[in-house]
Amino acid sequence: MIPLQLTHFTASTCLGRGLAPTLAALDAQANGLKRCDFETVDLDTWIGEVDGVDAIHLPAALARHDCRNNRLALLALETDGFADAVRTAIDRYGKRRVGCFLGTSTAGILQTELAYRRRDPATGALPPDFVYETTHNTYSVGGFVREYFGLEGPAAVVSTACSSSAKVFAQAARMIEVGLIDAALVGGVDSLCLTTLYGFASLELTSPQPCRPYDAARDGISIGEGAAYALLERAPAAPAADAVLLLGAGESSDAYHMSSPHPEGLGARLAMAAALADAGLAAGDIGYINLHGTATPANDAAEGKAVAALFGDRVPCSSTKGATGHTLGAAGAVEAVIGALALRHGLLPGSAQTRTLDPALAALGLDYLLANRRAPLRYVLSNSFGFGGSNCSLILGRAS
Amino acid sequence: MSAKLAAWIDGIGVLAPGLADWPSARAVLAGETTYVAAPTVLPAPAILPPAERRRASRLVKLALAIGIEAVSHAGADAATLATVFSSSCGDGHNCHALCEQLASDDRAVSPTRFHNSVHNTAAGYWGIATGAMAPCQVLCAYDWSFGAGLVEALAQVATTRAPVLLIAYDAEYPEPIHAMRPTRDAAGVALLLSPARSDSSVAGLSLRPDDGPADTLADPALETLRTNIPALRALPLLARIARGAAGETGIDYLAPLRLVVEVLP
Repeated sequence: MIPLQLTHFTASTCLGRGLAPTLAALDAQANGLKRCDFETVDLDTWIGEVDGVDAIHLPAALARHDCRNNRLALLALETDGFADAVRTAIDRYGKRRVGCFLGTSTAGILQTELAYRRRDPATGALPPDFVYETTHNTYSVGGFVREYFGLEGPAAVVSTACSSSAKVFAQAARMIEVGLIDAALVGGVDSLCLTTLYGFASLELTSPQPCRPYDAARDGISIGEGAAYALLERAPAAPAADAVLLLGAGESSDAYHMSSPHPEGLGARLAMAAALADAGLAAGDIGYINLHGTATPANDAAEGKAVAALFGDRVPCSSTKGATGHTLGAAGAVEAVIGALALRHGLLPGSAQTRTLDPALAALGLDYLLANRRAPLRYVLSNSFGFGGSNCSLILGRAS
Repeated sequence: MSAKLAAWIDGIGVLAPGLADWPSARAVLAGETTYVAAPTVLPAPAILPPAERRRASRLVKLALAIGIEAVSHAGADAATLATVFSSSCGDGHNCHALCEQLASDDRAVSPTRFHNSVHNTAAGYWGIATGAMAPCQVLCAYDWSFGAGLVEALAQVATTRAPVLLIAYDAEYPEPIHAMRPTRDAAGVALLLSPARSDSSVAGLSLRPDDGPADTLADPALETLRTNIPALRALPLLARIARGAAGETGIDYLAPLRLVVEVLP
């Protein structure tokens, strides 16, 4: 792909609001997880909740978009000066030349779950204050953010489960390459709701402990929520030394099962290989891999095999989901931002809560980071794999 | 620059109320036969393994049927194709069942219902059925999902120089969501888009975003379908292809834009 620059980026998760608390938490190998106390949910599991979501009020003109997902979207937009950076891009390129491509799996489904509790006892009708288009619908977060900035260019929401907001980076790169737009607001927003908490519990994929990616005793995910964004523009001929660039993306399908990964990680391997080819890099060039690493036994085993097959024991890797929880459709963008922080600060984050690497994965020779490591980084790979077998790997790099 | 967004259509699939496939839709849109309204008939997805086939939702049956029609029409190999799925909705009946259960005292939802609740369910089953490991994109842009899918598919053709199968599809919600989102039936359109002209090419198209209203259809029944089922915002484009007429067609897209599609028979 043509190199793009992440001219601005931000993330808000249970680690905190914005880059500073995120970096501090990674530096301390801390996690933001807590016992599940969300809404009326009664499950023995841990969650990652973003503080202050319900205190966010949408502008009055956008009130019909009000739902937890769009409150979280706004909270994160108005963090680290990201919204101002978007407005600067609009001033520079025009509101038709800035695209908006966001990933989500939940959209505002919580709003519908709550509305179903308030159905008319006689007719079964939903309450009249329920607005389908701008809360429930998968596109709602895209429509909200586009309207928030008055954008008039191309937009879409990608919804491929847990790879959604990695794939928007690839999508935006295509739109810039074909000349439809000059810049893109990309990212992912996913918020806590009953569908994902009870749904993953029904699949026996939620853990009763804080999740432990790649650990011998891992037994499932901790569901988190989060929002992360990047502003993508064509990289200048001579970017600043600490500029973070998007250099490659690889997408693939497992063609195997709706909720289980290919056991040998074949789709994952295809996505990583395609990202390397897209960036014109070899496996040995990558300095750190931010794994998908959900902490389910099957997912970590499949991904570990794929990473070992392609990278052997040469590349340090870890999952940061022990810190943030699995933010589902937002995970791709959250972890791209963590990758950008790793590049900028030379910090290879150790895996929060992973105590003993699974011996079966250790036998593959993975250089899995239990503790933080400091090293200058040039290229980072970030993996995101979703239900339905949708895979995406991104490669970010430092200019020099 | 947007001249880069161009491709040849090598195969078309259609399924809509009263339109059983592309040949019958072509005849109606070309004015050769009269449109007769009838509920959409969804064929059993023969390409799925038996267990998945029995449980396939209306949306999965729809997406697979139009995808297979477009691939067969072109004589292509589905296992090799990148795909773009675009839908304004998920499986409404499954969504309703989940929300109803989560509002009850027993929140133990079915695992199958949950994994079928993702927006990319049809894409997942397509991969399982065809063995395609190529990239699959899955989009939503509310009523403008067909246009968003067409833009994405053409951008992929332009950047990869490989064929891309676009599958745009929508289906109804049951009550009570139906009252808020009254899509009346299931319908979809699939286009197999290729970077180079071949013996199977039906028409060429190129696309640019512009201002202005989308084209409408003269037949009131067809125009109602176009506005009621988002995937059928494709109908003016299909009508121009059906008539074999060169020229421009305006397709609905995110306001204030529309997509101007130039068709070359």
